[in-house]
Parts: sequence; C-alpha cells; structure tokens
Amino acid sequence: MRSTTRLTALLRLLVLAVALTAVGPSVAVQPDEILPDPKLEARARALSHELRCMVCQNQSIDDSDAPLAHDLRVLVRDRLKAGDSDQQVLDFLAARYGEFVLLKPRFEWQTLPLWLAPVAILIVGAVVLAIAVRRRRQGRGARVEATVPLSESERARLAELTGPRPS
Amino acid sequence: MIPELGHFALVLALAIALVQSTVPLYGARTGDAVLMGVAEPTALAQFAFVGFSFAALIACYVTSDFSVATVFENSHSAMPLIYKFTSVWGNHEGSMLLWVLILTVFGALVAAFGRNIPASLKATVLSVQSWVAAAFYIFILATSNPFLRIAQPPFEGRDLNPILQDFGLAVHPPMLYLGYVGFSISFAFAIAALIEGRIDAAWARWVRPWTLIAWICLTLGIAMGSFWAYYTLGWGGWWYWDPVENASFMPWLAGTAMLHSALVMEKREALKVWTILLAILTFSLSLIGTFLVRSGVLTSVHAFASDPMRGVVILAILILFIGGALTLYAWRAPTLKQGGLFAPISREGALVLNNLFLTTACATVFVGTLYPLALEALTGAKISVGAPYFDWTFGPLFVVLLIAVPFGPLLAWKRGDVRAVTQRLAAAFALALAALLAVCVIEGRPVLAAFGVGIATFVILGAITDIVERTGLWRAPLPTAARRAIGLPRSAWGAAFAHIGVGVTLLGIVGETQWGSEQIVSLRPGDKVALRHYDFTFEGTSARNGPNYRELAVRFAVRRNGELIGEMVPAKRTFASREMTTTEAALMTRGLGQLYVSLGDVAADGAIAVRLYHKPLVLLIWLGCVVMAFGGALSLSDRRLRVGAPKPAKRKLALQPAE
Repeated sequence: MRSTTRLTALLRLLVLAVALTAVGPSVAVQPDEILPDPKLEARARALSHELRCMVCQNQSIDDSDAPLAHDLRVLVRDRLKAGDSDQQVLDFLAARYGEFVLLKPRFEWQTLPLWLAPVAILIVGAVVLAIAVRRRRQGRGARVEATVPLSESERARLAELTGPRPS
Repeated sequence: MIPELGHFALVLALAIALVQSTVPLYGARTGDAVLMGVAEPTALAQFAFVGFSFAALIACYVTSDFSVATVFENSHSAMPLIYKFTSVWGNHEGSMLLWVLILTVFGALVAAFGRNIPASLKATVLSVQSWVAAAFYIFILATSNPFLRIAQPPFEGRDLNPILQDFGLAVHPPMLYLGYVGFSISFAFAIAALIEGRIDAAWARWVRPWTLIAWICLTLGIAMGSFWAYYTLGWGGWWYWDPVENASFMPWLAGTAMLHSALVMEKREALKVWTILLAILTFSLSLIGTFLVRSGVLTSVHAFASDPMRGVVILAILILFIGGALTLYAWRAPTLKQGGLFAPISREGALVLNNLFLTTACATVFVGTLYPLALEALTGAKISVGAPYFDWTFGPLFVVLLIAVPFGPLLAWKRGDVRAVTQRLAAAFALALAALLAVCVIEGRPVLAAFGVGIATFVILGAITDIVERTGLWRAPLPTAARRAIGLPRSAWGAAFAHIGVGVTLLGIVGETQWGSEQIVSLRPGDKVALRHYDFTFEGTSARNGPNYRELAVRFAVRRNGELIGEMVPAKRTFASREMTTTEAALMTRGLGQLYVSLGDVAADGAIAVRLYHKPLVLLIWLGCVVMAFGGALSLSDRRLRVGAPKPAKRKLALQPAE
C-alpha cells in the first residue's frame, strides 16, 4: 500500500517535472524563425498570440518554447509566406489540430453560450434591476406620494399658512 | 518529535474548532451568555494551536528534516535560508496549512478586536467561521498531511521548483491567502445575519473593516503575483488570463463590488439582501479558486500536485458551503426588511450600476474560465478560451465601468443631478480629451492607446475633481480649503486614491501593450543591437556557481544616444537537482518604464538568443495597484471604522473628577 502511494507520488513528480521543463522559463520566438518582411512578421506574431501551444499549460505559441510551439510558429510563417490570409491560417490550423488550438474560440453553436454570456448577463441584470426599482416604487406608494403635486385644498391651506399675515 | 507535535496540535485545533462551531451558536440561539462567551477563547486557542503547528512545520524545513515527506520533496539542504523558509508554502500541503493559519488569524482578530460587535452576532460569526476551519482541518488531516514521515529518511531533498526560488514566494501566496481567507469573515457575517434574521446599517459597519483588509491584501497579492510573473518568466508578460490568475481575480471583482454595495447599505440601509449575496459569492469564489488550483482540474504552473482524492474532498467542501449558504440565503433573505428608497440617478444608483458591471465582469471571467471544462464534460469537445476572448468581452465591460467611475462619488445620495455633476466634471473631461488628442498627434498609430490614455486621465482627474469639490479649492481661500481637506473623512480620500490607482494601472497597461517594442536576436560577444533610443553591446559572458545552481551571465553595456547609462546582466541558471533551467531577466528602470533583457538558448556556434524589450510606463501597472491598496488603507483608518474608536457617550465620563 505504502509503496504504491510512494510510486504514484514519484510518478506525479516526474510528470510535473517534465511538464515544467516543457514550459520552462522560456524564450519563445527564436531569432532564426523571424521573417525578413516586417509586415508579414507582425502578422505572424499577432496570429501566434491567438494560437495555443497544445502541450503547454495555457500558453500561446508566442510565449512557449516547447518544440511543438516552434513547429507551429514555423508553420504559421510558412502559410503566410504562401500567401494565406490570417483567417485562412487559423482555419488551416484548426482543421489540422482541432478547435483546441484556437485561444479565441470561434463563434458557433457550441460556443454560443460562451460568447453571449457577458451580454446576456448584463441585460438580464439590467432588466432585473429595472423591475426591482419599479416594483419597489409601486410597493412604497405611501412614500412616493410626497412627490405627487398638492391637491387644490392642500394648496389653499399652504397659501393660508405661508401667505402674508392678515393684520 | 517536532513533526508529531505539529500534527498533534493540528488535531487539537480540529477538536477546538468543533466546539467553537457548535457551542457558541447554540448559546446565541438560546441567549446563554456563558455559552456565547466560549467563542472568544476557542478562537484564540485555535490560532495558538495552528500557529504552533505551522511553527513546527517551519522548524522541519529550516532544519532540513528530510524524514518528513514534504520537506524531502520540496527542499534542499543547500538552499538559502529564505527559500527553506518560503518553501514551507511552496507546495500543496504547506500552502493548505498556511490557508488555515490565516483563517485562524482572522478568527482570533475578530475575537480580540471585535469589541463593539454585539455578543450574539459575534458568537455566531465565530461559529460559522469555525465550520470552515473544521472542514479544512479535516481536509488537511485526511488528504494532505504535511507532517507525514518517510520510514528511511533520504540524505538529500529534491529541491524546491526553481521557478519558486524567488522572493516573490515570500510575499505572493501569503498576501493572496490573506485576501481569499479574509473574505471568510464577511461570509461568516453574512451567514450570521441570515441565521439571526436581522441586518442593519450597523452590520455593514462591522463587516466593512474586515472586508477592506481582505480586499487590500488581495489587491497587493494579485499585483505581486503579476510582477513576479513579469520578471521571472522571461518574456515580460504580466497577465495571462490563466485560469489560476482568474481564480484570484474573480474574488477581487466580487469583493470590490461588495465594498461598494456595503457602502450603500451602511449609509442608506438599502441593498441589504444584495450585499449579503455578494458576501456569500465572494467567499464562494475564493473557495472555488482554492478548488481550481488545488484539485488539479486545471493544469497550470500553480498546480503543485494533482490528486483526485483531494479534488473530491475540496469539491465536497465547496458544495457543502456554497450550496448550504445559498440555500440559507434563499430561505431567509426574503424575511429581511428592505431599506431606504432612492432615485435611479443618485449615488446609490451609481453604486448599483458599478455592481451591475463588476458582477457581470466577474461572471464573464467565471464563464470564460469554466466553459471549456463544462463543454468537455458534456460533449467531449475540447476548446481553449484564452486572452483574446477576455480582451473582447471583459475589456468593453471595464471600459464602460471606468467611464462611469468619476460620476459616482460626485452624485448626491438619494437623488442626484447628472447635469450638475457633468458640469463639475467638464474640466476633467476636457483635459482627458486634450490628453487623448495629444497622444493621437504625438504618437499617432494605435488609436486604442489614445483612447486608453483619455479614459485613464478622466478617471484620475475625476477622482481629483471629487476632492477639489469637497474642499472647495477654487472657491474658498487656500487655508480654508486646506482645513477642509484635513477635515474630510479619510474614507473620502480613500475612495479618491483607490480610483486614481485604477486610472494609473490603466495608464501602465496602455503604455506596456501599445507602445512597447522588442528585439529578438542572436548575438555573439561584441555584437550591438538597437532598441528605440537605446543601444546594447554584448560585452562578454561569465559563469559562476550559486548555492544550488550554476549560472551563465551575459554583460550588456547600455547606451542611450551614444552615452553609457549602465550595464545589464541577464543570466540563465541551471539547477542540478531538478535538471531545470531558469531565466534571470535583467531589468533597468528608466523613469516609469523599464528595459528588459532575457536570455534564450545557446546555439552550437556559441551565439546566444537574446530578447530585449522596452516597456514604457510598465511600472504604473503595479504602482496603480499599490495606490489602490493605499486608498483602501486610508478608508480603513476612517474614524468610524477604527476599532475601539471613542464613542461620544464616553466623553461625559472624562469630565468627572478622577478617583
């Protein structure tokens, strides 16, 4: 029993060590990857920020120095040199490696709730607030009355009280 | 012997926690003062025993007692003393012990300094907090005991993960945990209010200092984590929207919302039910954060270990507390009396708007963080949600919120006048617009940068406008204004500083992301490289040995317009015990910006890959957080919150002759 737990502990450490070396304190884009055309290179960098290094822990291929990230960066640059548009490059990579590679998920059925959530929450919150405000105003009629204009008799009484004293 | 004593003290703390979680609560329900009185000594005793337990663990690490499993796995006899000390919480078991230690610190603080809290409320609060403590003791003792021994002790430890061998580990986790766990007090207050069925403005005043302390610590903890990542990971990123960062950011957003809504509750008795809900949600998010990080559901640099059993136990704790709290809320909240009325355009209205946006932002981060997990569990489809998603969703929400920030403090309570406030903000708005246009003209291209600067200026000047208005700086003679400024409640200054801090951070973010430049080059000794106005010359390399690593350092002479301004020495360290290398980036502060140089791989021909960054205004990102925390501290020192502040009634006593 004890030896198994220690074995799992050891395995866990190994996995952790491997994972951490893969992530490393890294250096990402290598000098030899950089394209001579600065415009194309800028596009490549922007695209790299939107692509995930799939063997890493939440890192874009721009930040990671895992070998896979290197391959993907070279691939992105090759596609750009071949004349692909940004979208074509993303589509190509998604087709090859799955949606998992896109750090910005595409707008489709399975990500609909994800993309609509912020707007939906904001709208629902605003509607709930509006209803709450209205309901409380109606429920507290007694207090709101203070702002209702004075009736004819009240006005007369007020004039009588504040008017010049008959002397 | 020492580890066994530490273990035993923890078991005793559990026993005390079980007493504290039941007896005072029963006392509060039956009105028995003696039973209620049990809460204070037990809270102090819990702190004493967990403190002892923690001290025992520190002793194990400092003396490098490798017969203790966690010490063997995370320490090394050659490590500098400070890292032996900090590696106590640089692993799962130790960090959980730190978690409960801070929990008991807060419990003890409430017991010792919460003198003005009514007895029954205090007893209930300490009881509720003790439920949390008991659950976590059980978790630690059952699944993550830091004191477990190894039968045949090895001679040397496995060393601490080199990335964690940094001063940041001494500050970041304790600060973050002070924040996370500090919210347990607001949670306990909320649950106590629901149990007692009574809640009023005084409740908000009692809760506020504890919430503020937690919020200040969380703010600094997150900022420290961000700064640590910036200088240690080697490419100068300071926020990655990593799930673990999000886990700490969500309680911060909810906690910020709670601070604002508690204000309405304290001043106007409104938003009671909502504030209670926020208190529950904030601590729930802290628990979820702990779960996300500790269970290994998310793999990230922070996941020290992933053990399914631990995940299951934390999930159970999570369901128990969050589910229980929300059930209690659903049951009892409708019985709480609603408070004061206010018009939509008013200070209260502005704070409600603040809450709407902060909670929506928080929910967005929540959805973005957990959606991939949920989708994979439900359909098996694997997707990634990364920084671009948050830029597109969280960004716009915060932009709207920031534009609204200056209006809030200037609006009157109950019923405000937007037109009057707009007039008062006209100067701030005009100056912000001028800043925006100036940036457009001078810097040109990124239009986003100009808007960012405009918004940040508006937020900062808006906060200053508030102070100017309150002191009547333009209208009254200077001495009068100065006297008024001193007389202003500290909380008003606090709010102004906190808002200024937000603007300052935004300026830093704009500077770093929009105007930063970088160079990635392969260099040999003697090579030169230019970046903006700076020239870097590769002077030479040197190798040296540290206590538990070997280091390769490269010296760069840095010149600005040909004039030598200093030397930068980035390095790479290799840690033999784990066969890992870390990058030690070299940083040089230039005004509010920094130059950043880090080393990459050494090629076969001796050339070294070097990346050089110029990061203008980057320091403002963290400086802004410090200003925010300073604002919080000012607010905390406000007279009405000062613990044990003299009450007016006591003044009469002073007039009597001394006995």
